[in-house]
Amino acid sequence: MIGELGHFALALGCVLAVIQAVVPLYGAQRRDVLLMRAAPALAFGQLIALAGAAGALVWASVVSDFSVANVAENSHSLKPLLYRITGTWGNHEGSILLWALILAVCGAAVGAFGGNLPTALRARVIGVLGFTSCGFLLFALLESNPFLRVWPPPVDGQGMNPLLQDPGLAFHPPILYSGYVGFAVPFAFAVAALIEGRIDAAWGRWVRPWALTAWCFLTCGIALGSWWAYYEVGWGGYWFWDPVENASLMPWLTGTALVHSAIVVEKREALKVWTVLLAIGTFAFSLSGTFMVRSGILNSVHSFANDPARGVFILGLLALVIGSSLVLFALRARHLASGGVFAPISREGALVLNNILLCSICAVVVTGTMYPLFAELVLGAKLSVGAPFFNATVLPLVIPLVAAMSIGPVLSWKRANLGAALMRLWYAALVALCVGLFAAWGWGALPALAFAGSAWLIIGALAELIERTRLLRVPFAEFLDRVAGLRRAAFGTALAHAGLGVTIAGIAGMSLASNAVVALQPGQSTHLAGYDWTLISLTDAPGPNYQSRVATISLSRDHLPIAILAPERHFFPLQNQTVSDVAIRTNGFRDLYAVLGEERDGAAVLRLHYNPLAPWIWLGALIMAGGGALSLSDRRLRLGAPAARKAPAGAAAAQ
Amino acid sequence: MNRRNLLLLAPLAVAGAAGVGFYAALERMRRGTFDPHSLPSPLIGKPMPSFVLPGQAPAQFGFSSDEVWAAGSPVLINFFASWCVPCALEHDELMQLATSGVALWGIAYKDKPEAAAGFLQEHGNPFARLAADRTGRTAIDFGVYGVPESYLIDRTGIVRWRWAGPITPAITADTLRPLLQQFA
Repeated sequence: MIGELGHFALALGCVLAVIQAVVPLYGAQRRDVLLMRAAPALAFGQLIALAGAAGALVWASVVSDFSVANVAENSHSLKPLLYRITGTWGNHEGSILLWALILAVCGAAVGAFGGNLPTALRARVIGVLGFTSCGFLLFALLESNPFLRVWPPPVDGQGMNPLLQDPGLAFHPPILYSGYVGFAVPFAFAVAALIEGRIDAAWGRWVRPWALTAWCFLTCGIALGSWWAYYEVGWGGYWFWDPVENASLMPWLTGTALVHSAIVVEKREALKVWTVLLAIGTFAFSLSGTFMVRSGILNSVHSFANDPARGVFILGLLALVIGSSLVLFALRARHLASGGVFAPISREGALVLNNILLCSICAVVVTGTMYPLFAELVLGAKLSVGAPFFNATVLPLVIPLVAAMSIGPVLSWKRANLGAALMRLWYAALVALCVGLFAAWGWGALPALAFAGSAWLIIGALAELIERTRLLRVPFAEFLDRVAGLRRAAFGTALAHAGLGVTIAGIAGMSLASNAVVALQPGQSTHLAGYDWTLISLTDAPGPNYQSRVATISLSRDHLPIAILAPERHFFPLQNQTVSDVAIRTNGFRDLYAVLGEERDGAAVLRLHYNPLAPWIWLGALIMAGGGALSLSDRRLRLGAPAARKAPAGAAAAQ
Repeated sequence: MNRRNLLLLAPLAVAGAAGVGFYAALERMRRGTFDPHSLPSPLIGKPMPSFVLPGQAPAQFGFSSDEVWAAGSPVLINFFASWCVPCALEHDELMQLATSGVALWGIAYKDKPEAAAGFLQEHGNPFARLAADRTGRTAIDFGVYGVPESYLIDRTGIVRWRWAGPITPAITADTLRPLLQQFA
């Protein structure tokens, strides 16, 4: 019964999405206020219906209703409650429902917080979101319905891939999807602007918080995925340039460019056409990322079940959404009059450089990811593009990006003096040089470059704040006033830029990691990275739905005990699969990392890693997202309304 | 149509080309003529590349492609390295294969001789013959994708099968054993 209710709610959501797509767009075209005003209510209705559908699926999974095919295929009565809940979005059908639900949340959020938007713009944005939504809901209903029944119901479920039974991965999809789907809102704004043929500073101000929110979620989602790969998959790496990882990196790169170019639209009314294209492109990359994962078209380690039929449906959906928006772009973009002019050396110029570099990196990643597929199609050649290609091509683009990142924020708008700006950063440059020389002396050229870049970013971000608050140059009370008066967006920028510096330091640290594969009998020990690793014992332990084998390893340095590591090997009898549970001991500056492998003749194969600065990689991403969130809390973005009403008037007066 | 309008059409053209490519790939997947996950070797059905490689401790002498050809039975050539984690995982299965009488010949790929020797001393040596490919030139001739990687050479020196990645008991049972019988 609950399953049928969920099925009905899904269909109801689809019908409401169709109405949400048609009525507000038609109303906006006819300038019918009544029809336009219906948009938020329709968006709320769709959200309620889809929340009901998602709730029904979670319920079916929690009570282990194995007459629902999706539950029978992916759940098991012995599975812990947390994974019974989170498992609903760990499979293809459930994740499409989650995707649609988040899209509905976006539509409802525009309805709820878009009170200060012009009625026609709000109606069009919600209408475009409804259009996208009904495509996904049709896909869910026709090709991947999570509520289909099986008869007779199996006695128990088939269980879930043990690798996915992990708290990190449980929350990875919702966060990542919030990022992917969140970019639907800037996309909808872009399409609405193309329909209206008008973009002004207010548009930039409205788009930016939505883009920034999606960007924060995407940053966290990617970082969480990378962290999961680090501690759960257990190869000791954090980024593999796998097609699925690349698919999440592409919208992040263009989304980062979008967050920056929207500033230029807001402040200077320039780069309008480009920003619209970025908004469309970012969502297009989000959608095609889903497509690539679902269709199994790219050779990746973590794709869903390969199903070309599903792939064709999603491809059609993509063609409709992306194609129609790009046709609109080709037809209407020339009506978007460009505004302010600026010199190459200026804040705008720096932001343009940022956009060029970020989009170049994205182009390189797209090329490397797609080339094997298209080479096979066109040339018939089977080849693979691996990490060496990406490392060699991305690095030369990251270096100028990092160099410009600290300079950009200290340049003034319209026209700036590069020499004066660099003078304000002299101590950041000095610190970076010292760090670089020190690192070059110890570890060689590439880590030195990375550490110098990291110091340049962190100190440069500080320097910008110091410059704005005139620390030590004015009396302390005035400094405090300036700190209090500083916009939170300025802190946000500094924090986000410093966050990238922290991530780069982490990556540089990881390039100095050392590891060893050893076979030890209990009582034997080995030496790695200055530590003595002694295997104390090998024991069996029970788990909820697995059997566990635990190795206890004691670490000591110069005969002083440092830590006990207990890596485990979990055997899931249901899936006949063994998953290693990595033991990590961190102190914030280095990770001690141990994996228990096979056992032979009483000896256990252990993989031991010493990973300097590893946690900084994800800490930096968290700081970046924190910077974005701080920027979001800026008064100017929260209270767009009064400023926004003034802005068009001011713009009109200026013309 | 002026240049600016053409430029505005460019994103549509790029997306369209990508869409057509994706569609073609999906169609081929559906017809079974395209599998993104397979890694076929262009060498299959062709003679193995010729090589002469020096010895690798504990073996005193290396081997050449002529010796593989002269072995008189199918030979499984395994590229391995002491620094490669999946190689250690694969090792148990290789030991099993060796005790069941499969002619298993090893090539240490881009490895220090003493490190490779230590690896074999620690985990056991399943290889009837051992050679070192320190520069990786022979691996390039074979088209090695990454270690571990194995090639089955039949009695006439023709490459019959290639496996990129660790050999598991399932692969032995499902693929390798039938092939060994076929070409014995």
